[in-house]
Amino acid sequence: MTVLGILIPVSLLLGAIGLVAFFWTIRTRQYDDPDGDSQRILNDDYDDKPKE
Amino acid sequence: MTALLGSTGPITSNAPASTVDVTKSGTTDQQIMLSLPTIHCAGCMSRVERCLMALPDVSSARVNLTLKRVQIIAAPTVAVGDLVNALSDAGFEAYELDSASIAVNGSDDAGRHLLLRLAVAGFAMMNVMLLSVAIWSGASDATRDLFHWISAAIALPAVAFSAQPFFVSAWTALRVWHLNMDVPISVAIILASAVSVLETAQSGEYAYFDAAVSLTFFLLAGRYLDHRTRQVAKSAAQQLAALEIPRATRRDGQIVDVADLKVGDEIVVALGCRIPTDGQIIDGSSDLDRSFITGETAPIAAGPGQQVYAADVNLTGPLTVRVDAVAEDSSLRRIANLVAMAETARHRYASLADRAAQIYAPLVHVLALIAFLGWFAGTGDARLAVNIAVAVLIITCPCALGLAVPAVTTAASGRLFQSGLLIKNATALERLAEIDTVVFDKTGTLTMGTPECADPTDIPQHALQIALALAQKSVHPLAQSLAKKLRQSGLSPAVVTDLVESPGLGVCAMFNGQSVRLGHADWTNADPVGGTATYLKIGDAVPVAFRFEDRLRPGARACAQQLQAQGKTLIVLSGDAPDAVADVAGRLGIERYVSGVQPDKKASYVRQLGQDGHKVLMIGDGLNDAAALAEAQVSISPASALEVTRVVSDMVLIGQSLDAVAKATKVAGDATSRIRENFAIAAVYNLIAVPIALAGFATPLVAALAMSASSITVSLNALRLVRR
Repeated sequence: MTVLGILIPVSLLLGAIGLVAFFWTIRTRQYDDPDGDSQRILNDDYDDKPKE
Repeated sequence: MTALLGSTGPITSNAPASTVDVTKSGTTDQQIMLSLPTIHCAGCMSRVERCLMALPDVSSARVNLTLKRVQIIAAPTVAVGDLVNALSDAGFEAYELDSASIAVNGSDDAGRHLLLRLAVAGFAMMNVMLLSVAIWSGASDATRDLFHWISAAIALPAVAFSAQPFFVSAWTALRVWHLNMDVPISVAIILASAVSVLETAQSGEYAYFDAAVSLTFFLLAGRYLDHRTRQVAKSAAQQLAALEIPRATRRDGQIVDVADLKVGDEIVVALGCRIPTDGQIIDGSSDLDRSFITGETAPIAAGPGQQVYAADVNLTGPLTVRVDAVAEDSSLRRIANLVAMAETARHRYASLADRAAQIYAPLVHVLALIAFLGWFAGTGDARLAVNIAVAVLIITCPCALGLAVPAVTTAASGRLFQSGLLIKNATALERLAEIDTVVFDKTGTLTMGTPECADPTDIPQHALQIALALAQKSVHPLAQSLAKKLRQSGLSPAVVTDLVESPGLGVCAMFNGQSVRLGHADWTNADPVGGTATYLKIGDAVPVAFRFEDRLRPGARACAQQLQAQGKTLIVLSGDAPDAVADVAGRLGIERYVSGVQPDKKASYVRQLGQDGHKVLMIGDGLNDAAALAEAQVSISPASALEVTRVVSDMVLIGQSLDAVAKATKVAGDATSRIRENFAIAAVYNLIAVPIALAGFATPLVAALAMSASSITVSLNALRLVRR
């Protein structure tokens, strides 16, 4: 059962990393245009080089 | 749920809306915002962006497809008109927006806060569920207690943070002795958490931490969907408001806000501009388009001494107007008062969700109380009785109900937004689903409000050529439409000299030593023919008449046919002359029409229909329609309507085509039946689960299963709306 002492903190830590990453996506306004972003990925304008 | 699944775009260009770049030369770039109602795909986005970036001095252009607008950073020398023209050449409708007012409203803080709370609830739910699965699988004694304590440590802060919107809303309702859906939700969440802590402290078998957080999560998901739908609608409504910037130019050249005008001020009204307030013409002559107020398409001549009204459009010559009524008692304000009187009826509509909550909320509390009292009386064990009461509260908690309405309205309004219809009011879809009668305004709604020349059949070739020569030099809309028509039929203009345009009268010139005139009936000594017409007089000959008819709005015929096929009664209600109204109604196959109706009569006509038991959808754009729009069960106005009119209507047609209206009534019907199905599904789950809970068999596992299963079924049922 000692393994729980390691596994529970680990799972919480991993979850927290996900949560922080999600906070970051909100802070950088990645949900302002969900329709547009889902379409943009189909667009081959920037395939050769990234947009400047 | 697109937002939750997430999508990553280039973050760097997602800069906050208010930033303004500074170029190397040190001059400040301007930020321009354009509304693009017709874009819908990746191709559109890249065409718009490429088209704008190809223009000189445009440094950045980024399309937001969700809000259908493009944000442009450009050098201060760039004129907005050029950008709009470039886009319309590329095949996109574009309208300028007041970027200052958008920038203020652009950041959606409330939405981001909801998303944060949702994320925290989701994180807590996943972790607590993980621990709960271990408990359900048989963890016991010290391990179970440890897991319960860890769950408590995760769940309690998460609930305290994430469920705040429910607590706040429930508290606001309770303070005025009212029950809303958030009261049972808050009670369930708080009781579940509190009882679980007590149980854990006594090494109890059951704790409902997972239920508390997953309730919060599912309900927040519903709340966020709801918020997002409203936000898209609200920001688009703000965009429409930003289309008009109410300013007036005083005679000394100073530009002032319309609100600051005083009686006696003299203002200059340029060509093509709307007159900002009621007044009297003191200088200049012109033609006025009064269709927004009266519904009449034919322009009227205006000269010194004549009274003009707010919302008249000045067509042919610059005017100087002395203000004789401002804001409070202008014609605009009087219409607004009519509207205010009419609007009370609509506020009485209770949405399906409210009606469900009114039955549901007391029922849940009564059930839980019965469970507590019954078990306490039966066993004398208060702890057991409380546990069972909490189980009942959790099972009956309106999780599915909380998702039932927002999931459907999100799907439905998303579909309607795609076809160019913007829903401004939360209950509009439900009200639209009930209608049986559709009342149309004519000018500007069924028709474009721009006259088009009828085929000039009995007029000789040389007269047409002279007419073209005169018409193409005039700014009057009738003349421009005539010139366009004649050019299209392949004519070349005759050679005329000494051409002079007299605003409000017409154009005259010399042709082969003869005086030729194109304009009003009295000015050309012609006998007026019915309807809208202009007259050409060559020398002393008898003048010939060019007739005009109003062009139908695209999709008008299809809309009328589909609505009739759906079994609705169609009525045309117009302030225009009888023959013009009869003509349009005839072309659309609409049998009932009323012409020459005053604004207050329009409203009372619609009210009368309502009193006769009809559910009326009113579609109109003019100031004269505003009161009738407010009086109707539900109302739609095109984006070209005046702001006063758009404000009172429940939905706004963003594109030009009326097609979307027929589609909207269908989608609204589907959406409402989907909402009812969702309520039925939720009720069935409760009918099965509540007896189990009352009997004391509801373990946290059963609660979790019932909750998740009903929420997912309801969401999937709502998503069926997107597919078709």
